[in-house]
Amino acid sequence: MNNRGWFRNGMLALGLAFLYIPILSMMFFSFNNSRLVTVWDAENSPTRRWYVRLLENDQLLGAAWISVQVAAMTATGAVILGTLAGLVLARFGPFRGRAFLSAMTTAPLVMPEIITGIAMLLLFVSLEQLVGWPEGRGMLTITIAHITFAMAYVTVVVQSRLAGFDEALEEAALDLGAKPATVFFRITLPLIVPALVSGWLLAFTLSWDDVVISQFVSGPGSSTLPMEIFSRVRRGVSPDINALATIMVLIVATGVVLSTLYMKREEKRRLREEQMARSGS
Amino acid sequence: MNRALATLHSLAGKRLVIGVPYVWLLLFFAIPFLIVFKISFSWMQPIQPGYAPLLAWVEETQRFVATLNFSNYQALLQDSLYLSTFLYSVKVAAISTIFCLLVGYPMAYAIARCAPSTRNLFLMLIILPFWTSFLLRVYAWIGLLKTNGVINNTLLALGVIDEPLTLLYTDFAVYIGIVYSYLPFMILPLYSNLEKHDLTLLEAASDLGASPMKAFFKVTLPLSMPGIVAGCLLVFIPAVGEFVIPSLLGRTDQLMIGTVLSAQFFGARNWPVASAVAIVLLLMLLLPILLFQRYQRRELEAAKR
Repeated sequence: MNNRGWFRNGMLALGLAFLYIPILSMMFFSFNNSRLVTVWDAENSPTRRWYVRLLENDQLLGAAWISVQVAAMTATGAVILGTLAGLVLARFGPFRGRAFLSAMTTAPLVMPEIITGIAMLLLFVSLEQLVGWPEGRGMLTITIAHITFAMAYVTVVVQSRLAGFDEALEEAALDLGAKPATVFFRITLPLIVPALVSGWLLAFTLSWDDVVISQFVSGPGSSTLPMEIFSRVRRGVSPDINALATIMVLIVATGVVLSTLYMKREEKRRLREEQMARSGS
Repeated sequence: MNRALATLHSLAGKRLVIGVPYVWLLLFFAIPFLIVFKISFSWMQPIQPGYAPLLAWVEETQRFVATLNFSNYQALLQDSLYLSTFLYSVKVAAISTIFCLLVGYPMAYAIARCAPSTRNLFLMLIILPFWTSFLLRVYAWIGLLKTNGVINNTLLALGVIDEPLTLLYTDFAVYIGIVYSYLPFMILPLYSNLEKHDLTLLEAASDLGASPMKAFFKVTLPLSMPGIVAGCLLVFIPAVGEFVIPSLLGRTDQLMIGTVLSAQFFGARNWPVASAVAIVLLLMLLLPILLFQRYQRRELEAAKR
């Protein structure tokens, strides 16, 4: 290894330390008995105290339940709409309004959330005035708003997955007389399953994580978990939030590792099958 | 006959497949911006829905009268508070983006040049924090930066400083918060660009006598321009409108535009002014957003070939 290799790897190690030290420090201090959080109380630590208190906090648990429901509905809706949009953009060729659809699916990726939030709320207020729906704001409006920005991410994932595939398979099936719907369900859909899985997980996380847009479009009694956390951490550090963060990081880390392993296996299986198909066995 | 029917069917099906996402995005993404635009020309009104209608029926003349209110925009121009918040937001976003690039580029480069088997592991390590709560990751920095936080305590214990440093609620804290939260968005486009480079170009440069440093600046850096632009846009655009990071880590005497917008909306409940702020912010970001869209389109087209 030469000098440049050392520099590169050193920067990578520093960067990873920068990414992980704050998270690890937050997890470490969740076992601190002191209310000051970052001042280690050596006599009475480590303690499970904050975890116990967290499990007794009905407000946070209730908000977490709302967030799970919203995120699951968002992920499902975003995968359906995002798959349609991705399919249209990747496979349907030119049609009137294609550029506009493409623009509407990439803009949410970079749009500051605060703009999306205000726009969504004003839409819901205007709709309620005009047609009486949606009545007030709550889980439904949060879910609609989340689907709208999450589907943009799913569209990109599906579109790039489809772009990596040869259209010849689908064309061959069409030539053999299969209906377009049959082609979609028998050929296209199985090919993009990994993209749908990662799209679903991505949409779930985006929704689960969102605080800004939720704040605009939520109503009384429909505070999501990030909204509850935000209102608490605005007042400074609090040990139960550290405990909550630790639990969340552990769940996510397990999920990411498991899904990465799953994707890898699927990818291998697909490559093997393609190889077998090519060799004509 | 049968065939014609099938064509008709597939045409209708095609319309439906295009129509569903189209109508959804039109209704919930495009039209809302028109509504914000409309309300930015309205007046604040104490009764529901909080803003005056632009079109009103006037009994005496038996006509609809449209009234547009430009004072929201005038207020933005005249009140120096708004101008300074806009400038400050752009400054913070620009400086954070540059820091992000300086941290992210070497990391992306290192990953792209390491053995293919370890690449995926490093990529997963970069993406993993992105999957954990953004809010909690910003919160983690409060614990590190505050007066009796981890950094100050460590430096005091080591005897580097005698008095705790003021780190939290400063510009510096906001830069760190943005770099930290958006780093994966910088690294991933850079990586996907750097990974595709033809390394024989560097060999050629070195054969022709270029030092590694020179080869980097003459070959690698220019080739990675699309990745740099994409990464910077992905950080810069959302950072200008950032709301959570400055409200948790930032100064209280100088606000960012997202904070002001939110205060106008929830605090003063002046929806028309908040809408005008949102429209100006959107117009400011329009060019970078269009640039990003062009990049995204090219990326997807390149993937096809």
